[in-house]
Amino acid sequence: MTPRVRRVINVIMSWLAAIAAGLVVLPLLLIFGFLLWQGASAVNVDFFTHLPKPVGEVGGGMANAIVGSLILIALAAALGLPLGILGGLYLAESRDRRLPWVARFLADVLNGVPSIVIGIFAYTVLVLPMRRFSALAGAFALAVIMLPIVVRTSEELVRLVPASLREAALALGIPEWKVLLRVVLPTARAGIITGVMVAIARVAGETAPLLFTAFGNRFWHQGLDQPIAALPLQIFAYAIAPYDDWHRQAWAGALVLIGLVFLVSLAARVATSGRFTGVR
Amino acid sequence: MADGIVVRGLNAWFGDVHVLHDIGITMAPKAVTALIGPSGCGKSTFIRCLNRMHEVVPGARVAGTVIVEGEDVYASGIDPVQVRRRIGMVFQKPNPFPTMSVFDNVVAGLRLAGVRERAVLHEAAERALRHAALWDEVKDRLNKPGSGLSGGQQQRLCIARALAVEPEVLLMDEPCSALDPIATAKIEELILELRSTLTIVIVTHNMQQAARVSEATGFFLLGELIEFGVTRALFTNPHDKRTEDYITGRFG
Repeated sequence: MTPRVRRVINVIMSWLAAIAAGLVVLPLLLIFGFLLWQGASAVNVDFFTHLPKPVGEVGGGMANAIVGSLILIALAAALGLPLGILGGLYLAESRDRRLPWVARFLADVLNGVPSIVIGIFAYTVLVLPMRRFSALAGAFALAVIMLPIVVRTSEELVRLVPASLREAALALGIPEWKVLLRVVLPTARAGIITGVMVAIARVAGETAPLLFTAFGNRFWHQGLDQPIAALPLQIFAYAIAPYDDWHRQAWAGALVLIGLVFLVSLAARVATSGRFTGVR
Repeated sequence: MADGIVVRGLNAWFGDVHVLHDIGITMAPKAVTALIGPSGCGKSTFIRCLNRMHEVVPGARVAGTVIVEGEDVYASGIDPVQVRRRIGMVFQKPNPFPTMSVFDNVVAGLRLAGVRERAVLHEAAERALRHAALWDEVKDRLNKPGSGLSGGQQQRLCIARALAVEPEVLLMDEPCSALDPIATAKIEELILELRSTLTIVIVTHNMQQAARVSEATGFFLLGELIEFGVTRALFTNPHDKRTEDYITGRFG
């Protein structure tokens, strides 16, 4: 191969790689641009502060759905994150071989279960016995969806923590459980937070499992054992309604949902960033 | 003799592989004992048996008696966590905790053992850092990340971290093999200072180092202790042919 041919191939491959990278982020940019174009005009102060107006009246907002989504996400995180992170820690650290293998396999299967099936599961175990739709049931369904993502990323990140750190801590006469909680987990923290953010972003947009668990609501939050509004539900309801004003609000809702996920990710990063990072 | 380290009939395995055969050795208190031998001869495994770190590896097993400063560390009812508190360890590669500052690294052992009072921690940190000859270099950057120090400083930080819990014994597993000659010289100086207060066992590949810092030296080969004696005698007049071959560079 002459140097000239090699250089030409080099240029072509570099361009192909750059184009591929551009294509990867293109859908996100297109979606975001389209949302801005369609929804920005309907995003105003009312949208963030007012309840939905009755059918036929123009105006109103989705304040209740924004609050509802935040409550659902917070509750789902409170249920799913401790379990998921500790579960991942167990999978990474256990000396046993069989049980972690089974758990890992089941987590991957759970990750592939359609979210509407998880909604039916939550409906069966919570909505039916309680005889009502509730924020709790919605959050439970979201937590089940988060669980496998959090378990598997936590496991991977804990595995990346060098064995030498564990040994250093053990050799100081620190009990193993403290080594795991105070040395290993903090070292893996930055990466685990990334996984947590992926999980939160995923459930923030989930609609199907909320349809017959959280159900939706046109009023402010009424208590955790009552139906609760959520942005994806409201977007869904407004998008299939026959009113132009509602369509605009559905676009605005989608835009706000993306913004919300972005802000939550940012806030979590800032709030939990330590002075020094471990593995990422 | 109640003090020092007495090892009798020590055997160790990784799974089915028998890596240490019937080791018997008596190491003097408040002195430096060096262990030399080719890679894979079991000297690292041996010192990891002294503070019960060998059993941390899955499938690893130990049999025999190890008496450290009068206490049988493998007696039933002995908590390995307590054993490790009394026996500090420094590893081949510097391994400061990357999420902690210099200060937090030094007091990690105390803090994780439940010591909270800031004054106590500060005093312990300064004492340990002075002991490890690192205080002057880091006293203005105690809140900077420990992983930001140079390799030699990181290793002294690890020594300070081990000293902060005030162990009776310090095990050093090739503590200088990742360091340059200047950093190595500093660590060796430190070892000579520390031996008045601690029993030190150092594993090294560097025979000059063993000769410089230790009073007694043991030679390991293929999982057996071939020869053990006063350092000067072992290097100038070895009894065993294999020791002689190794220290004169004929194999290994």
